[in-house]
Amino acid sequence: MDGGPEPDTNTGTVKVEGRSPGQLMWIRFKRDRTGVISAFVVAFFFLVAAAAPLISKLYGKDPYTIYADVRPELFDSAGVPVQPNGGISSEFWFGLEPGNGYDVFTKLIYGIRTSLMISLAVTVAVVLTGILLGVTAGYLGGKTDFFIGRLIDFLLAFPSQLFFIASMPVVVSLFVSPRDQTPTYVRVVALIAVQWVLGWMSLARILRGTTLALREREFIEAAKVSGASPWRIIRREILPNVVTPLLVQTTYTLPYLVTGEAGLSFLGVGIVEPTPDWGQMFSKASTELVLQNDITYMFFPGVSMVVFIVAFNLLGDSVRDAFDPKTAR
Amino acid sequence: MTEDMVLPAQHNPVTVGEPLLEVSGLTKYFPVKGGFPIRRTIGHVQAVDGIDLTVRVGESFGLVGESGCGKSTTGRLITRLLEPTNGSISYRGQDISHASRRELAPVRSEIQMIFQDPYSSLNPRQTVGKIISGPMEINGIEPDGGREKRVRELLEIVGLNPEHYNRFPHEFSGGQRQRIGVARALALEPKLIVADEPVSALDVSIQAQVVNLLQEVQRELGIAFLFIAHDLAVVRHFSQRVAVMYLGKIIEVGDREAIYTRPRHPYTHALLSAVPEVSLTDDGDSAGRERIRLAGDVPSPISPPSGCRFRTRCWKAQDKCATEEPPLVQISGNHAGHLTACHFPEDPTTEARDEDIVLDPALAALEEEG
Repeated sequence: MDGGPEPDTNTGTVKVEGRSPGQLMWIRFKRDRTGVISAFVVAFFFLVAAAAPLISKLYGKDPYTIYADVRPELFDSAGVPVQPNGGISSEFWFGLEPGNGYDVFTKLIYGIRTSLMISLAVTVAVVLTGILLGVTAGYLGGKTDFFIGRLIDFLLAFPSQLFFIASMPVVVSLFVSPRDQTPTYVRVVALIAVQWVLGWMSLARILRGTTLALREREFIEAAKVSGASPWRIIRREILPNVVTPLLVQTTYTLPYLVTGEAGLSFLGVGIVEPTPDWGQMFSKASTELVLQNDITYMFFPGVSMVVFIVAFNLLGDSVRDAFDPKTAR
Repeated sequence: MTEDMVLPAQHNPVTVGEPLLEVSGLTKYFPVKGGFPIRRTIGHVQAVDGIDLTVRVGESFGLVGESGCGKSTTGRLITRLLEPTNGSISYRGQDISHASRRELAPVRSEIQMIFQDPYSSLNPRQTVGKIISGPMEINGIEPDGGREKRVRELLEIVGLNPEHYNRFPHEFSGGQRQRIGVARALALEPKLIVADEPVSALDVSIQAQVVNLLQEVQRELGIAFLFIAHDLAVVRHFSQRVAVMYLGKIIEVGDREAIYTRPRHPYTHALLSAVPEVSLTDDGDSAGRERIRLAGDVPSPISPPSGCRFRTRCWKAQDKCATEEPPLVQISGNHAGHLTACHFPEDPTTEARDEDIVLDPALAALEEEG
């Protein structure tokens, strides 16, 4: 290079740093008080789920101990805790379950752990499938788009709740003979698989639409003119631009999947005793509600789930507002 | 733009005047699908229908015409964003009309494009540095001193602060964005830039700046331009040679002076007479220009008129125009290189004629009253 002014001389030490759309979103999000509080609540639930073994160790109990055998003095002849409100005491913070006498507190945190792990696994699977099929359909168009579109239509036509209930025993029996004891991991895998198969379509459809709109933008053509491969275009030009709908949709998908999983366990086709599960606690509680006229057992799982779902949905709204401040709610 | 801007010397200078890009019989038909229950092709939009043009090394070639006449399609065919239906595109003697992405790789860096809409031509999620260095990365170009240094140089060439390297497109105005687009096109040191209406989306006050930038780039770096525009004044300012398109065909081509002062095709006359002109003295029509007001719209490119495509709106049309398509040739009275496709060409002048040609019935009625 021959002479000429050095690029740095005219501006001195002033560093001109741009803000990426992601950084702008983060700044807007931090200003949204509802969003930040919701994020903390959601983070708290995930923390509890992740630290459940640690908490139960500090607390000194675990969700598998049958206190009806270990501490029979706490229960009456019918197996109901003697103390009021389901046996809430300084020792058993959330009380004891009638029957086997499981500790409700550890059962709840382990239940949250199970539910969140399953839902998180389904979300990851759904997001990956949605990106793969949605972006492929949108970018390639033509016949690929047609076939993926019809597959999405076909799967969306299924009544999903009914399909979950009907297919769970079938899927489980694929792995284990109905005469044998079903291991818990088989049920977990079946739950993940069933929810994944019928869960990815809406995300794929949104991503297909976004990709379709992006494909017509001139910066894609600019990349083509400079000789970029389709893989590079998808990776470098399209994927960073579908992050917004992806993140927004994911924050709505996860709570939906949590309630879905809880629903299945409540109906008895998901996780079964003695493995603790959020939804399954409702099933137990509803029996007690009828038998004992006692809402204590419904209270803790109920309140925690409502708080979690509401917080997660508010977080989803805030994420959407932060990404797209122009859209009115 | 500063006077002392740094422009790198061309690595392999080429002599001005030899053909760089030759297009012959270039055709693009878009299928029209329809029908029920089985969708099938029921027709074709004849967007570009057999055009020939040559862009010479280092020259600026203007392509003008009204919306929908196939200008942009031509540009996209030449940059191979679209696959031509027929005809050939050869770049420096190498046929690239149906070359695949890999076959095009060596030529890719030499043909670049500047886009119309600066708001859609930059990826909103990439920094300016990434946008401009992207083409270098794809083509594996490692300039001396690294890509970042080169990008900063390019930013300076196009009149932006090199410190804007880490900024994002949304932090710039339309004119600045278009400058980024120019820098991206220059990153590969191209020999030919297809500029698809590069200023029509910009504010009028910014247009001149960007056109001057392009002109400076063209002169200093010796890059040939295919300049597509519908603004005749901009093309006149920028291009040495101009082609006029109508409904997928080139109807007149020649150097700037020939087209702007001695046009022969009636459509060129009509286009030029539509350019608004500011006159401070009101001395009647005597010293003015001719005045032609066409009626109706451009016919559908799905079923264009037979023979001469302009005949449906032409005041000189005769039976011959419907049956015989006029060839693009040098007609008597034209200088060398000035080709016109017309059976009954107009006089080579833009001076006012005895009577205005007003084909639009509404306008004509107004004139009657006044």
